[in-house]
Amino acid sequence: MPYMANTLPAVSIAGLRVKRGKVQVFDGLDLDLTAGRITGLMGPSGCGKSTLIRCVVGIQKVQSGTVTVLGLPAGTPALRRRVSYSSQQASVYTDLSVGENVAYFTRLYGLPASETDRAIDAVGLADQRSQRADDLSGGQLTRTSLAIALLGKPELVVLDEPTVGLDPVLRAELWGIFRGLADQGISLIVSSHVMDEANRCDDLLLMRAGRIVAHTTPANLLLESGRTDPDEAFLELIRRDIASPRHSLDTPNEAPDTAPRHAEEDAR
Amino acid sequence: MRLLATAGRVLSQLRRDPRTVAMMALLPMLLVGLFAWIMPARQFDQIGPMLIALFPFTVMFIVTSIATLRERTSGTLERLLTTPLRKAELLFGYEIAFGLVAVLQAVLVVTFAVYVCGLDVPGSLWVVGGMAVLNALMGTALGLLASAFARTEFQAVQFMPVFVFPQMALGGVFMPRAQMPDVLSAISDWLPLSYSIEAVQRAATNVTGWDLERPLLILVGVTLLALLLGSLTLPRRTP
Repeated sequence: MPYMANTLPAVSIAGLRVKRGKVQVFDGLDLDLTAGRITGLMGPSGCGKSTLIRCVVGIQKVQSGTVTVLGLPAGTPALRRRVSYSSQQASVYTDLSVGENVAYFTRLYGLPASETDRAIDAVGLADQRSQRADDLSGGQLTRTSLAIALLGKPELVVLDEPTVGLDPVLRAELWGIFRGLADQGISLIVSSHVMDEANRCDDLLLMRAGRIVAHTTPANLLLESGRTDPDEAFLELIRRDIASPRHSLDTPNEAPDTAPRHAEEDAR
Repeated sequence: MRLLATAGRVLSQLRRDPRTVAMMALLPMLLVGLFAWIMPARQFDQIGPMLIALFPFTVMFIVTSIATLRERTSGTLERLLTTPLRKAELLFGYEIAFGLVAVLQAVLVVTFAVYVCGLDVPGSLWVVGGMAVLNALMGTALGLLASAFARTEFQAVQFMPVFVFPQMALGGVFMPRAQMPDVLSAISDWLPLSYSIEAVQRAATNVTGWDLERPLLILVGVTLLALLLGSLTLPRRTP
C-alpha cells in the first residue's frame, strides 16, 4: 500500500514503553505526528526527547508498543533512505574534511556526487569544504552533520537539538533551512530546549518526565496557558502538570480521558 | 560500492594521521632489527619469521580496536546504522583498509629483515610475508570484536597486553608447545596465535601440504568467526 502524504500521520506511536538503564522513560506513550509539518519537541533535559527521537529512527530498544513511521514499523530497512537523522552530538568523522564526510555518506546512499555539493551548499559550508571537521566551529560542525541529514530525498528529517549552543544568527539560518524543507513537503521533528524556537514550529510537543504535557500549536500554547511568552507558557503548563499529572497527557482544557492522539486535531 | 566507500573512508582517516602511519610502517622494522641485533644469527633465523607475523597482528589489533571504539563512542556508528550500509560492509571495509596497510607493512618488514638483518630461511619469503598479512587481518577482526568490550580508549589499549602476551607466551615463541606442561599445552591448542606461530614456522622451514594448510585454515576460520561475533556487537537498536 503506498504511503500518502498528509493523509497518514508521519509518525504514529501506540503504547510505547521504554526503559533506559534503571529509568522507565516511557510507560505507555501514545502519539500521532502530522506529516509535512515541523514538529518541535520541547522540554527540559532528561524529559525523554532524545529517547523519543531514537524510537522514531528505530535505534532504541523498546519494551513494548508500536512506532510506525511513514506507514512502516520504525527501523525497517526500507525507511533508511526515507528517514534521516542527526544525533545530538554532531556525528561526523572529526579527522576528515567537511567534503570527505558528506561525500562518504553520499556514497553510502548510492547518490550521485553532485548531491554532496548540493547538501554542502544547502547548509552554507561551501567555503569550509576542505577544512577538517575538528578545525570547525561548533556551528559549522552542526551544519556538517545537518548536511549529511539532507542527502537524498528524505521524507522525514529527525534532528536532535540541532541548534544547541549556537548564536542567534546561526539559529535563524538553520530554522530558515528547516522551513525550506517543510515547504517542500518534508516532515521534520526538531528537538530543542530553547522555548523561543517554539514559535518557528508548526506543531509543538511539550514533554516532561517521559510524558506529553501538551500537543498543540504555538498559537494555541499561548492561548491555552494565558501567557504571552512561550517560556512562560511552557512553565505554566508544567506547573499545571505537576499539580495534576493525570490530566497532563492531554492538552489543557480537555477531558482527562481523551486519548492524546486526538490532541492535535483539537488544538487546531 | 558501500564496501569500497567505507574502506576508502578508513584509509583517508589514516592518511590524515601521518604519525600513526609512520609508526605502523616503522615499528615492526625497528623491533625486528632490535631482535636481530641481540640474537645470534642462527637463532634470529628461527625467531625472525615469528616476529614478522606477530608484530602486524599486534599493531592491527590495537589500531582497529581504538578506531572502532571511536566509531562506537562518537555517534558515527549509530549514524551509519541508520543508513543503507550493511554491517558486513562496515566490517569488511575495515578489513580491506587495514589489509592494504598490512600488505605494505609486510613488504617493508620482510625486505628489512632479509636485506638489512640478514634473515636466511629455507622457505619462501612470499609465504612468510603472506602470513604476516593474514595475521594482520586476524588482528583487525579480533580488535573489532575487542572494542565492544571497552568503554574507554584506556581500556581498549590494555586489551593488547591482556590478549597478546599470554598468547605469545603459550604459543611457542619462547618454548615449543610440545614441551610445555600438559595443561598449558592444552590451553594453547585453543589460542589462535599458537596457529599463527605454527604456520609461520612451517612456512619458514619450507613445510608444505596439510601441515601448513591446517594452521592457515584455522587462522582464516578464527578471522571469520571474530567478524561474525563482531557483527553481533553492532546492534542497530541499543538500550
